[in-house]
Amino acid sequence: MDIYAFVLLAVLAIASALGMILNKNTINSALLLVVNMVSIAGIYLLLQAQFLALIQILVYAGAIMVLFLFVIMLLNVDEEDTLLNSFRVKYLLAFLLGVIIFGQILYSLGGVAEMLPEISSEMLYVGTVEAVGEVLYTDYLYAFELTAILLTAAVVGALMVAQYKAKPAEGTE
Amino acid sequence: MIGIDWYLALSAILFTIGVIGVLIRRNAIVIFMCVELMLNAVNLSLLTFSAYHGDIAGQILVFFSLAVAAAEAVVGLAIIIAIFRNNLSVDITKVNLLRW
Repeated sequence: MDIYAFVLLAVLAIASALGMILNKNTINSALLLVVNMVSIAGIYLLLQAQFLALIQILVYAGAIMVLFLFVIMLLNVDEEDTLLNSFRVKYLLAFLLGVIIFGQILYSLGGVAEMLPEISSEMLYVGTVEAVGEVLYTDYLYAFELTAILLTAAVVGALMVAQYKAKPAEGTE
Repeated sequence: MIGIDWYLALSAILFTIGVIGVLIRRNAIVIFMCVELMLNAVNLSLLTFSAYHGDIAGQILVFFSLAVAAAEAVVGLAIIIAIFRNNLSVDITKVNLLRW
């Protein structure tokens, strides 16, 4: 049963990823990325990570992709006319480099299946909100609080960068 | 549970698609989306190892990685807006202010 769900979700993820990088329309690319994120969230469910699957859909497919779509529509750039019809050598080189990177990853992950520890059935955990939250709020509390500071800094920084016109310094006492 | 190789292969394929996308596209927003795809592929492999080692710390790391990705998306899109305001394009070949 698991294998059918995995194959379905994996095919969906790979097809939407390929569609994303090959689509001329930027908005279609963004929507295909949403499909990709949702299918990856399904694979998280297969890996017993319920909490992260929910967060993936809420944060990635929800918040971040809305931000992307908003920026795409704000900037009104939806066509990239030069895609795949000029400078073929570049695409060939990109493909070759991709194949090399893929080979490297597979090479470095080659013998990993034999190195796994034996896990007994009581060590198998389920990544529910309860299980994740218990570790998150005890062992990783400082990192969690630092994340709040990081997000605040990112929002303030984004406002500063995207501001239409920064006021001159002498105007403010 | 199905074998760990399947998950890792899927993660590697998604990462490679992201790399190729960064290399062949010229639209800065699409390049940014490809970076998000690569981040997702790495998160997937982290979760896979977490599940197959019976250790929940991998899930915590993915949680923090998601938070950092959100911050990174906000700042990156702000930078793209700033670039667009300067030269009315998100084509990265036209962004050559720092090119020697």
